[in-house]
Amino acid sequence: MASAPLPDGLLSQEPLLQVRGLTVEYDTAAGPVRAVESFDLDVLPGEFVGVVGESGCGKSTMLFGIAQLLSPPARISAGSVLFKGSDLVTMTARELNATRWRDVSVVMQSAMNALNPVRQLASQYEDVMRAHGEKSSSVIRQRSEEVLALVGIDKTHLKSYPHQLSGGMRQRAMIAMALLFTPDLIIMDEPTSALDVVAQRSLMVQIKELQQRLGFAVVFVTHDMSLVSHFSDRLVVMYAAKTVEIGPTRDVFAHPGHPYTQGLLDAFPSIRGPRVPLTGIPGSPPNLLNPPTGCRFAARCPHRFELCDIAPDMYDTGHTLAACHLHAASREEALR
Amino acid sequence: MTDVDEAPLLEARSLTRHFKVGGAIARKNLHAVDDVSFAIGEREIVALVGESGSGKSTVARLLARVYKPTAGEIFYQGRPLSGLRSRKDLLAYRSDVPMVFQDPFASLNPAYRVSHGILRGLALHRPDIARADRRAEAERIVAQLGLDAAGDVLDRYPYELSGGQRQRIGFAQALAYRPRLIVADEPVSMLDVSVRIGLLNLMAKLRDEQGVSLLYITHDIASARYVADRVMVMYAGHLVESGPVEDVLQEPKHPYTQLLLDAVPDPRAPLTVGPATDRGEPPRVIDPAPGCRFRRRCPLAVDVCEQVTPEPVELAPRHRAACHVAVANAGLGELAVAGRSDS
Repeated sequence: MASAPLPDGLLSQEPLLQVRGLTVEYDTAAGPVRAVESFDLDVLPGEFVGVVGESGCGKSTMLFGIAQLLSPPARISAGSVLFKGSDLVTMTARELNATRWRDVSVVMQSAMNALNPVRQLASQYEDVMRAHGEKSSSVIRQRSEEVLALVGIDKTHLKSYPHQLSGGMRQRAMIAMALLFTPDLIIMDEPTSALDVVAQRSLMVQIKELQQRLGFAVVFVTHDMSLVSHFSDRLVVMYAAKTVEIGPTRDVFAHPGHPYTQGLLDAFPSIRGPRVPLTGIPGSPPNLLNPPTGCRFAARCPHRFELCDIAPDMYDTGHTLAACHLHAASREEALR
Repeated sequence: MTDVDEAPLLEARSLTRHFKVGGAIARKNLHAVDDVSFAIGEREIVALVGESGSGKSTVARLLARVYKPTAGEIFYQGRPLSGLRSRKDLLAYRSDVPMVFQDPFASLNPAYRVSHGILRGLALHRPDIARADRRAEAERIVAQLGLDAAGDVLDRYPYELSGGQRQRIGFAQALAYRPRLIVADEPVSMLDVSVRIGLLNLMAKLRDEQGVSLLYITHDIASARYVADRVMVMYAGHLVESGPVEDVLQEPKHPYTQLLLDAVPDPRAPLTVGPATDRGEPPRVIDPAPGCRFRRRCPLAVDVCEQVTPEPVELAPRHRAACHVAVANAGLGELAVAGRSDS
């Protein structure tokens, strides 16, 4: 079994973030629901990792699990999140506070809800900097102007309230806030999904430019696979709380190993090439309260065969790692 | 000037809708839809695409009679909608031109079983069906939409259904009226990609098998291409380009359409991020002066674009664009005199 979710040749580099066996459960009246199960991920310094999946697959819960932002009824029931060698899961609140914003920052899905509507941007930026021990008002002001300039917003908007900004500007203001301390890792939860295509495109280009310039790593969650196709270095595909495929982005698109990934790719109509009839993926994801013991995609899978009653490991397809028995070298390997 | 060969099913002429904004002292007009003309024929899916705030949902609401136009007129089967006065006429129009909404989670009443909305539609709009037969008709419609075990689905509550199933129920409610034209406002944007295609295929099936026309409003050009026969592009309240979907996508005439197409993420295409990557935003159209509304973002803008609002001009068969530069390039006008000034 190939367990190291890193591309060959990069193994020598020390990962910035090492997630091992992360499992998040929601306690419900009907029993615990595992929204994320045994999730592994390594992120290298300066790397852009995309995580895609449909609603309810656990991708946002996974991000919140990494950032330690889960609140009851959700809890981390197993696993570790090593960031620069220290485990975020077991950190105290005080230690976490020092790490957040300075080393790891988070950009949320809806900037409208994440920014304080009754305070100017300047005072929200100031809050963050004062919380991390910056006392000089002139330094705070200068840094606030710098980060706004980085995302292409005029500094006069420091005096603006969130409602005075357009959707794209608000989202950029959030990213600017995340950059205040130039962290090593920025976690982004669908930051562009409230924007329309043109604004979305320009924001993605900007994130990529900033990332290349400042060298931070990005974990970027989205439901829109095509959005990250040109921007991420590696891609993780999640389905029903588990990783089903991981690999270099171009390889995932060119040689998808998991039937679910293939199905997702086939569900996007294109604006180029011949118009072909598409099918989508019939059926719906399993209920996580009582997930199937075997492959979780089996019920919807066009390639289903008898081995699918056994939960698959991650197999090397030659291009990516995919959790599908189709790629087992032999029947024995699958049954092992 | 219609793009439909025979008499159109529905036609909008110079459709305009303004909203009052600001207080009593600084009263201003937001021009949500300005001077928009189009026609929709029988058995036709027409996509209306544009960014958020371009006025496409306002067009849908004008067609659904949620708003009354500030100016201009909508003709349905040749009759002006402003002439519909009696409850009977209005009901008849609404049953012919129903609407399907964006959010399948908010558009079904959570307190009622899904059969409620369908049966109510049948009671209101299909007096030919006896009370006792309505249930059978509802089952027939639901089955037609590919919902399994039709009888069972009808007795469920909306929370028991997935997003894709709910949106099918939304279509079922519309179909119960035996519609001629369904106005679908972003019907798939809230759904997961794997179920989106199913609904788009359903729309094409309704057109092919029942001759229902659709106005498909979306910001997703790729899905518009997948399902539509013609496409219309809106920008800041104006219709800037329209034509057969392949013609518009392969040979966009308006620079805004070009920008939209460039912005579509396409994993199959190589990455092209030029230095001219657009960072502009659509204007808020409050008491606008004449001139092309795209000019501030337009790489091709010339002087005339500042002064004269471009009119849609047919540049290729059934393919129109409202752009001075495109018209001049097609040899159909000169940049200095093209278009007419807004009075």
